[in-house]
Amino acid sequence: MAFNTEIKRTIRQGFINFWRNGWVSLATVLVMVLALFVVGALFFSNVLLTSALSQIQDKVDITVYFKTNALESDIAALKSKIENLGEVKSVGYVSREEALADFQRIHSSNALIGRSLEELGGNPLGASLNVKAKDPREYESISRFLESATFENIIDKVNYKQNQLVIERLTRLLAASRALGLGITIALAAIAILVAFNTIRLAIYTAKDEISIMRLVGATNSYIRGPFLIEGVIHGLLAAILTAIIFIPLAVWLGPKAETFFGGPNLNSYYLSNFAFIFFLLSAVGIVLGVISSLIATRRYLRI
Amino acid sequence: MIYFDRVSKVYSPTSIALDGVTFAVEPQEFVSLVGQSGAGKSTLLKLLLAEEKPSDGKVFFESLDVHELKKREIPAVRRRMGIVFQDYKLLPTKTAYENVAFAMEAAGKTEEEIKQDVPQVLELVGLMDKAWHFPSELSGGEIQRVAIARAIVNRPDLVVADEPTGNLDPINAWDIIKLLEKINELGTTVMLATHDKEIINTLKRRVITLEKGKLIRDEKRGRYVL
Repeated sequence: MAFNTEIKRTIRQGFINFWRNGWVSLATVLVMVLALFVVGALFFSNVLLTSALSQIQDKVDITVYFKTNALESDIAALKSKIENLGEVKSVGYVSREEALADFQRIHSSNALIGRSLEELGGNPLGASLNVKAKDPREYESISRFLESATFENIIDKVNYKQNQLVIERLTRLLAASRALGLGITIALAAIAILVAFNTIRLAIYTAKDEISIMRLVGATNSYIRGPFLIEGVIHGLLAAILTAIIFIPLAVWLGPKAETFFGGPNLNSYYLSNFAFIFFLLSAVGIVLGVISSLIATRRYLRI
Repeated sequence: MIYFDRVSKVYSPTSIALDGVTFAVEPQEFVSLVGQSGAGKSTLLKLLLAEEKPSDGKVFFESLDVHELKKREIPAVRRRMGIVFQDYKLLPTKTAYENVAFAMEAAGKTEEEIKQDVPQVLELVGLMDKAWHFPSELSGGEIQRVAIARAIVNRPDLVVADEPTGNLDPINAWDIIKLLEKINELGTTVMLATHDKEIINTLKRRVITLEKGKLIRDEKRGRYVL
């Protein structure tokens, strides 16, 4: 048979079946919407969680305070040495003058502190370096490097020791929440996919008599299967479109709230700017789910 | 054209459906297969359609050993047999026209051929005016006529009818039998399984009688005797 005719017939029949199956099609699409919604929601919450975690991570640093008589050239040398360490993400330098200016700005409303500073005369504050690690687990080794004897004469103190407990706890918390998030994602996605898969199987189960009739009038297996696969594609695509639409008001409504709560990106603008990718992701999951379910479900009834 | 060579079908030691059945059917014959329920009529037809495999013996359709065929060769052979069932087996989601057209589509006919042949066949069974009705909107007799139209639309060499009148009243049953005779006159071999005494005795055609899986009688102008 002409290949074209077969393809055309298969596609047309898929659409006709979808339309005539009415409620079954609707139910299947809705269940798939649920599944895709779970997948999408997990995707968004992962975006939020990741950004929240990285922001928290960003707030963790160790500060190296220098003695007031430390030379700026020594500090600059140390700074470039720290920057060359593999574990270090960035090093920020705060000079003595800046430290003083910051201090004065923060306490500008406090007359007592202002007066005491004047009384002291000069600048009592030392310069400092803010060191940020790529991974919170590496602060330990960075701090060990800083506390080694070489820099004893210019460094006043490294505040890692006082922050050590907090940093370690945070490190563990971050790792745990990553693992938990991943576990929940996989479990929920698996449940959603199983439910959708079963619904499609049930829908095809209702067609098992039809399949046996088709075989008896001499239809080849691939010819019988074709329309079911097309139906699977239609289910998946429709479900993806519906899910993408459902996410729009959700993103508008939740966007600002999530922004203040997680401090992450605005969900709404994130959704709009990544719409193509998210829609592609949903469609891909939907279509793969629909087609694979149809394949497995029809296979049972096509054995001779 | 059909040759059963000592065919047996044993489901279990206590359930022997066919026991050493041998017979041959010539082209353009009209053969009735009679016997009580459970005598093995349906099993015999299922073996011919390659729906089941015999426990022993061979079934030939022309020169083809039906059970030596590869899985993907079976559809092509089935298209050369038109099948009519007691419970009709029309696709409920397709109209009468589409049910008939489906058999042609499955056989890979072009749209032009389908547009030409389907109305002709529906005309032959007298249902052109109900071509766009769904099976649920047709009576039992009408549904069976659609099924016959589907069975003959690909111009098969053989039409197999398994109790086609089983669910019909006598008048509708006769319409169906007359239709089968007409098809036979047009040159198609017909195998009719039935337990309807009236029909057999009026047909005066060859009758093969089965009892408990054995072929007990094969007569050229047979009668229903059990």
